[in-house]
Amino acid sequence: MSGLNLDEMSNEYFDVLKELGNIGAGNATTALAQLMQTKVDMSVPRVQLLEFKELGEAMGGEELVMAGIYLAIEGDINGSIMFLLEKKAAKHLVGKLIGTTSEGDDFTEMEFSALKEVGNIITGAYLNSLSSITNLVVQPSVPDLTVDMAGAIISVPAIEFAALGDRMLMIQTQFFDEMVLDGFFILIPDLDSYGKMLGALGISL
Amino acid sequence: MGVEIKVGMADLKVCVSPDSVTTLGLGSCVGIALRDPITKIGGLAHIMLPDSTMIRNNSNIPKFADTGIEELVRQVTLKGASRARLVAKIAGGAQMFGFGSASETVRVGERNVEATKKKLAQMKIPILAEDTGKNFGRTVIFYPETGDFVIRAVGKQEYKI
Repeated sequence: MSGLNLDEMSNEYFDVLKELGNIGAGNATTALAQLMQTKVDMSVPRVQLLEFKELGEAMGGEELVMAGIYLAIEGDINGSIMFLLEKKAAKHLVGKLIGTTSEGDDFTEMEFSALKEVGNIITGAYLNSLSSITNLVVQPSVPDLTVDMAGAIISVPAIEFAALGDRMLMIQTQFFDEMVLDGFFILIPDLDSYGKMLGALGISL
Repeated sequence: MGVEIKVGMADLKVCVSPDSVTTLGLGSCVGIALRDPITKIGGLAHIMLPDSTMIRNNSNIPKFADTGIEELVRQVTLKGASRARLVAKIAGGAQMFGFGSASETVRVGERNVEATKKKLAQMKIPILAEDTGKNFGRTVIFYPETGDFVIRAVGKQEYKI
């Protein structure tokens, strides 16, 4: 269906996707605050439609080590969602959650699974808001976590976007507790799901 | 010391020794380095998808293994490399996530590597070395002077192929 092309997306679509991103990120922040039992503030999310060669820079460099959480989604909307967080910020977050921070740069097994859970809750909150706004069923899979270079992690959603066009839609959100946590959401609906999402909001393609 | 020329995602660049070409944080994409050992002219492509013929919107040449390799060959020979002497080294095509490993999306790294090898074989360009697959990201730097393909990965010693 639909000749929706992200490269030639109208301002109207872009605004809707932007708004969905805003609300989703807001929900994710609330969930994060509840989990950490502290106040967490959030900046206004930055929604960008970027060419593939611009992605690395937008994330702070291709070689920046980040934690990436990736889930498949099924239901009325099919595709996947990814949440990325700089490694240092991820370490800080799980440290607060489990009460101790291990020495060194790497994650212990416990930190790794705590981080997976954080990602699960953040992306879950994001998807919940998407589901309630559109009234569509969104069923997330078990999350998968990887810690590696930003460029390598981002290649996974970028490749999915590459099958549709030459740009990728990325939502950057800054969370603040004692430190600034730069998070990136990437929602990757398949082509049909874009139509369904926009259709559910009363926008015809 | 030459200049290090950067290649982005869905991008390709040609260079002549002492310059080098690099691409940072290759994940499931594949980096294809070509070289003429006599003229020391080389190039690097960073492809994202295996096959341009499977996609309707396929005008972005360096995005695909098939069209990207053809274009890289065209550009290095235009620069003065001998078509008959071209040799290749390839890296990348990792599987960054493991879930639902039957899924086509997750296996795209493997498919990118297969398509790259197929295209190079078709064009009769021998692959001298490869570092592909597995589950980690790679930064690669290619030196047409020596043909060294240097690879950096998180938590590993730098190595070359």
